[in-house]
Amino acid sequence: MRKPKTIIEKIWEKHVVHEEANKPDLLYIDLHLIHEVTSPQAFEGLRMNNRKVRRPELTYATMDHNVPTIHRNVIKDEVSKTQMETLKTNCDEFGVPLADIHHPDQGIVHVIGPELGLTQPGKTIVCGDSHTSTHGAFGALAFGIGTSEVEHVLATQTIWQAKPKTLNVKVNGKLGTGVTAKDLILAIIGKFGVKFGTGYVIEYTGEAVRDLSMEGRMTVCNMSIEAGARAGLISPDDTTIEFLRGKRHVPQGEAFDKAAEEWKALATDEGAVYDEVVEINADEIEPQVTWGTNPGMCIPVSANVPIPEESENAIEHDEIGRALEYMGLDGGEPISSVNIEHVFIGSCTNSRLSDLRKAASIVKGNKVNPNVKAIVVPGSFSVKAQAEEEGIDQIFKDAGFEWREAGCSMCLAMNDDVVPEGERCASTSNRNFEGRQGTGARTHLVSPEMAAAAAIKGHFVDVRHLGVPTPS
Amino acid sequence: MEPIRKHQGLVYPLNRANIDTDQIIPKQFLKRISRQGFGQFVFYNWRFDSKGELREDFSLNQPKYKGTSILVAGENFGCGSSREHAPWAIQDYGFRVVIAPSYADIFYNNCTKNGILPVQLTEEEVQTLIQNAETESYYLTVDLEEKKVYDNQGFETSFEIDDYKREMLLNGWDEIAVTLTHADKISQFEEARK
Ligand code: SF4
Repeated sequence: MRKPKTIIEKIWEKHVVHEEANKPDLLYIDLHLIHEVTSPQAFEGLRMNNRKVRRPELTYATMDHNVPTIHRNVIKDEVSKTQMETLKTNCDEFGVPLADIHHPDQGIVHVIGPELGLTQPGKTIVCGDSHTSTHGAFGALAFGIGTSEVEHVLATQTIWQAKPKTLNVKVNGKLGTGVTAKDLILAIIGKFGVKFGTGYVIEYTGEAVRDLSMEGRMTVCNMSIEAGARAGLISPDDTTIEFLRGKRHVPQGEAFDKAAEEWKALATDEGAVYDEVVEINADEIEPQVTWGTNPGMCIPVSANVPIPEESENAIEHDEIGRALEYMGLDGGEPISSVNIEHVFIGSCTNSRLSDLRKAASIVKGNKVNPNVKAIVVPGSFSVKAQAEEEGIDQIFKDAGFEWREAGCSMCLAMNDDVVPEGERCASTSNRNFEGRQGTGARTHLVSPEMAAAAAIKGHFVDVRHLGVPTPS
Repeated sequence: MEPIRKHQGLVYPLNRANIDTDQIIPKQFLKRISRQGFGQFVFYNWRFDSKGELREDFSLNQPKYKGTSILVAGENFGCGSSREHAPWAIQDYGFRVVIAPSYADIFYNNCTKNGILPVQLTEEEVQTLIQNAETESYYLTVDLEEKKVYDNQGFETSFEIDDYKREMLLNGWDEIAVTLTHADKISQFEEARK
């Protein structure tokens, strides 16, 4: 009998172009996604060395990090404008397809890949962006790369990679009502830390993972990098297949059914062995809120903010102290007592249609707290259009949210969407690093439902006890 | 890229764990389209206050670390965003070597593509180096050929780095040129999949 294999090994073996002892493998790349911030220097490198893009048709570019979300045509910042124009020039010159700021397919690179069906099981996918792990939700091997590697992939359609170790993150049991994929991944990082995945590719398995929608799976895989793992994936199943059926870039008709069979065969074999396994029980997980300055610093919404003295480790002690100081917290207070001034619903973690629907179901009929400024930034042009068709935009607007154009926006605040110094934001994004949403800004990561609830109450609340129906 | 074989330099200690690339270079400086000139923005939010004035209390701003070329920091250095602007900024500021107990994968890789040597030592060794560099002007020699780090006061240790990355750094090779020597195999691979 054949040795049982993980999906990671199966994809890897299908993509090795060249191997040599004591060297990384040369791996073929099926899809290279590009955006304006990490690509200009790569194209410049090609130009300087008189090199071409080897497979422009396997490359796809969009604009997301820098784009304005109020008026598409008003880019106040000249430098941002230059960066976007540079991408356009580069794509024209090298023949790379581009969904620019006026294109109906524009959006956050990790939202549009799946939406267009460019993301498919079994593919190797790279992008000059660490959240490329998102695409792993489809059973693709997808990871972020630096700009030198972007240049390398453009020129050669390959990348040198040492074979990664494999890590099974097994989620037993079921998530409770009102507990989301975001809470799951935050709880995993909270439990195992921000570097337990370093050097590994994670496969998420277990009942609670199987139960997740594709959107939920994307949220989980998205934050693999926050656990240190360059890639995180989930074996494809019927949920994956049904999501992809009919998408623009997948095979159609009979060819799709054939592809679907091949995709399902990629799933990890019964009895395959991982280098490492960790387990967590889904039913113990509550809605999560981060209190500190990395995503591992998170607690259940019912808990109190930690105090440094509780820590026995000196480095950790200092780290907690520094994080509390930055966050303007004393330590020991209930996280639910913390008032917020901003709410951001968006980012490649939580800006898909289902995220907006769920947040809207909490918001409906309520008003944003007068002390809070709340914005919703859909992940793509198409998410925005669909949401408007369903009237979701109106629910948010009626409640006092601002309804914006698609882009990364306040996730990293490279455009005008910035949280002012010392102010606090409940955010559905993925990083609560110092200064991420603005110099001196204080970020608390939560699910879209929890962000919506916080917008209404003005502080964190357990969405399950809000007295409004929680979506299951 | 510039080869790196053996480097001697003044050590700058930054005793924090989980330093992310948003700290190394904040996003407002990612809008440039060249690789140069990022050094002035390294650790910007720690080096400057909200008015853009130098913060005297941040250690890197102290005269005793002027001319430093070896950065020693806590575990999981370079986590977060894949931005290669982080190693560009570190290098442009004058660092040639980083020493830490562990690194984020993408950052580590990015260093090796730019001629920065990321050295991994144990937590204890790193703490020793940090203490030395916090108390005096402290110089280290990092020898990539021998895979050794030592000072002139008796500290000496060795480190691991994979052979491929070591060779690239020692020779300062253009990786794309190396890969293109396998262009035939890439074409064969593409043919076979049609
Ligand atoms: S939404 Fe945020 S995390 Fe995602 S790609 Fe954009 S900036 Fe990066």
